[in-house]
Amino acid sequence: MSERPDFSAFPDARGHFGPYGGCFVSETLMGALDELKAMYERLKDDPQFRADFDYDLAHYVGRPSPLYLAERWSRQLGGANIWLKREDLNHTGAHKVNNTIGQALLAKHMGKPRVIAETGAGQHGVATATVAARLGLKCQVYMGAEDVERQKLNVYRMKLLGAEVIPVTSGSRTLKDAMNEAMRDWVTSVDDTFYIIGTVAGPHPYPQLVRDFQCIIGREAREQSLKQAGQLPDALVACVGGGSNAIGLFHPFLNDESVAMYGVEAAGDGIETGRHAAPLSAGRPGVLHGNRTYLMEDDNGQIIETHSVSAGLDYPGVGPEHAWLKDVGRVQYVAANDNESLAAFRELTQVEGIMPALESSHALAYARKLAQTMSPEQNIVVNLSGRGDKDILTVAAIDGIEF
Amino acid sequence: MRRIERCFERLAGQNRKALIPFVTAGDPQKEVTVPLMHAMVEAGADIIELGVPFSDPMADGPVIQLACERSLAHGTSTLDVLAMVKSFRESNSDTPVVLMGYLNPVEVMGYEAFARAAAEAGVDGVLLVDLPPEEALEVKPIMDEHALDLIFLVAPTTSDARIKLIGEAGSGYLYYVSLKGVTGSASLNVEEVAGRVETIRNLAKLPIGVGFGIKDAESAQAVSRVADGVVVGSALVNQVDKHQNEPAAINQAISDILSAMRTAMDT
Repeated sequence: MSERPDFSAFPDARGHFGPYGGCFVSETLMGALDELKAMYERLKDDPQFRADFDYDLAHYVGRPSPLYLAERWSRQLGGANIWLKREDLNHTGAHKVNNTIGQALLAKHMGKPRVIAETGAGQHGVATATVAARLGLKCQVYMGAEDVERQKLNVYRMKLLGAEVIPVTSGSRTLKDAMNEAMRDWVTSVDDTFYIIGTVAGPHPYPQLVRDFQCIIGREAREQSLKQAGQLPDALVACVGGGSNAIGLFHPFLNDESVAMYGVEAAGDGIETGRHAAPLSAGRPGVLHGNRTYLMEDDNGQIIETHSVSAGLDYPGVGPEHAWLKDVGRVQYVAANDNESLAAFRELTQVEGIMPALESSHALAYARKLAQTMSPEQNIVVNLSGRGDKDILTVAAIDGIEF
Repeated sequence: MRRIERCFERLAGQNRKALIPFVTAGDPQKEVTVPLMHAMVEAGADIIELGVPFSDPMADGPVIQLACERSLAHGTSTLDVLAMVKSFRESNSDTPVVLMGYLNPVEVMGYEAFARAAAEAGVDGVLLVDLPPEEALEVKPIMDEHALDLIFLVAPTTSDARIKLIGEAGSGYLYYVSLKGVTGSASLNVEEVAGRVETIRNLAKLPIGVGFGIKDAESAQAVSRVADGVVVGSALVNQVDKHQNEPAAINQAISDILSAMRTAMDT
């Protein structure tokens, strides 16, 4: 990299990260996005809004989440120290709630009585249903029919929380189709509805505001590293589907030149098989869901179906800031396949007594390889973005166990 | 003069309004489309909007989603769609053809390659639903260079300032989306549309086509009283869906709807 940009200065006023990002939506939504942008610009530095957000993160989510040294696992691997940023200990069990708290506060300020969301694994749907219950907002969650089937537990959780889950049967019946359907709802209901997007994708200003809400992860991890390890970490590792947990961890460190960063995509059955969900590793730039980014697409620009054992990573696009960080070389994007991730899931559970989400297991699978190439004086922070309770049925099915 | 401009000028001279049917190219089969285009002209169409199928049509309702799926099921590509226009042009050099779809299939070809191929095939205009004028700065001069009109949408939620911006960025005509929603949504409110069209007229110079919610001769007639063009899509694509297993019946079914609209609009 020749000239290092100031990473905190992006996106630009129109939501671009270099050639990526932007606002590619139908005209009906442009007004609503302008309104959201104006409201966010006004509130993001407003002391009362910050105070409300911080209060909820502390007392409702349970922040700060610990930075835990996985001592036994690190020793076994014989390389760098692996520290786990314990987003799995948040209320609702994943990092997703950091963002839904923030967006629900925006919805409240904008006077919208109804929220909608898309969800893949169901974690974002649960986090949305949770804040909607707390604020008394009507909540509808779009979920691919295939995901409804593989994440039954989360579907029921959302229903218990008072949300309506709408199975989406169009297209590939997964996360991307849920997002299409949520956009279609929003275009129809834009007057009274706030669309809570779950990741750092979608039209501007979503990639920016979701990132800003998730940056609490990296700000805490940076402070905790300095305090607990006495230095900045040598490397950060996080899984990347849409990429919200990764950007949340990475962003506060981007201007720290000594910190290496690895975003881990889902290699599914293996990149070489084509059955994966790794657009940064094996896709190319295009436009989908309101932003320009790397996509999994065919030669005609049609979006192709993805595969991952983890529903939360099963998405053909990725947040535009990641696309840009890849091109400028600040973050290395790598991939872990289903088998490696399942092995890491079991290993962490058995060695540390912590059951990670299958999404986070992708980060762990790469971190264990990376640690072995580093020395015991070095430190890696892995974002343990969610807990694995929701995945027990998936893993049991792979083990041939039925309940 | 470009074909679209000429078309609106001719119609204005005759005190008539443009009837603009939309169908998805390659739905349900590739060989259906060109004869259907000719049949629609025969039934009174002035401009044809040809849908370029996309895997993720975010702004479309179930009718056009299914049309995209049917078309993509046998691999209709953007180049196939251009070949259809070229074939249509062999015996029709008057009727403007507008390609309507999403940005990604265009972007994957590259703007320059797409524009050159589209102009060569005889395309007159391009409407990309997910490309607002703010994001069109790069593609606009390339379209101009190839004499292609870049057509933009105006919505019920569009501010006056944006209407001006869109009026200056676009050419050919403005497509006013008559309601908040996806294609194939509920019926439009004619009085509301009339008010909005008047506002748009005061802010932009281009002819105004109105679409979304036009289902039959009655709604086409009502809209034609206030707008310069009437766009009908889902009501036609519904017929393709209904007759997908007997494509021979598609032309007749769609022609019947268009003829009734034409008669109602001209009286």
